[in-house]
Amino acid sequence: MTFFQYILLGFLVVCAISVSFSRNLLNSILIYMSYSLIMSILWVCLESPDLAITEAAVGAGVTSILFFATLKKIQAIRIEKEKTKEDKPHE
Amino acid sequence: MSKPKPSEEYEKTLAYRFFRWLSGSKDPYVGEVEMKAQEEKVLPQETIIERMREAEMRRDKVYDPESNTLARAFHKIYSALAVFFCIALAGVLLVTVSYLPPSGHADNPVNNIVSERYIESGLQETGALNIVSGMILTYRAFDTFGETNVLFIATCCVMVLLMVDDAILKKQEARSDRRFEPMNDAILQGIAFVLCPIIFIFGIYIILNGHLSPGGGFSGGAIIGAGLILYTSSFGFQKTQRFFDEHIYKIAKITALCMYGLIGTYFYVTGANGIENHIPLGIPGHILSSGIILPINFCVGLEVACTMYAFYALFRRGGL
Repeated sequence: MTFFQYILLGFLVVCAISVSFSRNLLNSILIYMSYSLIMSILWVCLESPDLAITEAAVGAGVTSILFFATLKKIQAIRIEKEKTKEDKPHE
Repeated sequence: MSKPKPSEEYEKTLAYRFFRWLSGSKDPYVGEVEMKAQEEKVLPQETIIERMREAEMRRDKVYDPESNTLARAFHKIYSALAVFFCIALAGVLLVTVSYLPPSGHADNPVNNIVSERYIESGLQETGALNIVSGMILTYRAFDTFGETNVLFIATCCVMVLLMVDDAILKKQEARSDRRFEPMNDAILQGIAFVLCPIIFIFGIYIILNGHLSPGGGFSGGAIIGAGLILYTSSFGFQKTQRFFDEHIYKIAKITALCMYGLIGTYFYVTGANGIENHIPLGIPGHILSSGIILPINFCVGLEVACTMYAFYALFRRGGL
């Protein structure tokens, strides 16, 4: 079990470093999401399942969705930008 | 009795002018000072552009690391200091962590009389099998009330910042109905059709079993909020508004907070004065047991679910 935990901790470090080095904001959010999921598995290993549930729902779910909504609002997601450009003549 | 002066004569007296000056009805500068508006100097467009280019060139010259040796030195020192401070901060944190006591050791300062009391007589005093729930909702219910208030105030602040007026929202929706609605994605809708009921039931299960199994109001509320967000992002705001609009949101949120406040106040007043509170603790392990934990869990769950959904709706659309 401890070996599995060490692998997960290594993943955590890799995720934390790659979030700050990723150039695309969308990728950063996805990596951050996976960070939260790994953290929730670690909470289960540390015998606190209630924290794991909260981490999975808030950290991986709601926070990343709020980030997505914000990115869409400031038009930082490029695909969405092109789509709205195509839509504009119809408006 | 003296005869009153005619008005023309009265206007020439010192007293009349003094009182007029005092009441401010006469501008003392009018007619005394030369009043002529200054002519605005109109510059031709070329001059403005040339001046802007000059300023830009000057700025480039100052900040260009190749021509300005001082800027080059500053850049080098800046990078070196940035690396140095990062390493120093990491070092300080690692040194601090190395002083922490080992996890799970018996002589740790965490294992004091407070946690001993929680573990030994928690089940007897709160009637909750889940010791964490029993602790945060009875011994520390005041803390949790503060946290619930934080959520309430956070949503209020987001509303103040992001709420769009209802008429503007309707106008925007009329202009393009696809602006806030999803594009009727078949895969997303199919998955949400299956997953949403399961997510809602799981959240309700976690809230209602908060005193028996891991979880509680916050976790269950977050799950229900996430389910609401999934439903909204796959089926659109108009379908969500059929069962959860702004009116219901306000009622649910304020009722939950007031209920929590009233239950907590009753519990604290009776407990602090040594009066017996008439809330039965029940048999540990049954669903209707452990006194105030079940209703408080319900209130917290409602509050958190409303907060999560309101955050999403306000970020996405500017209205509930």
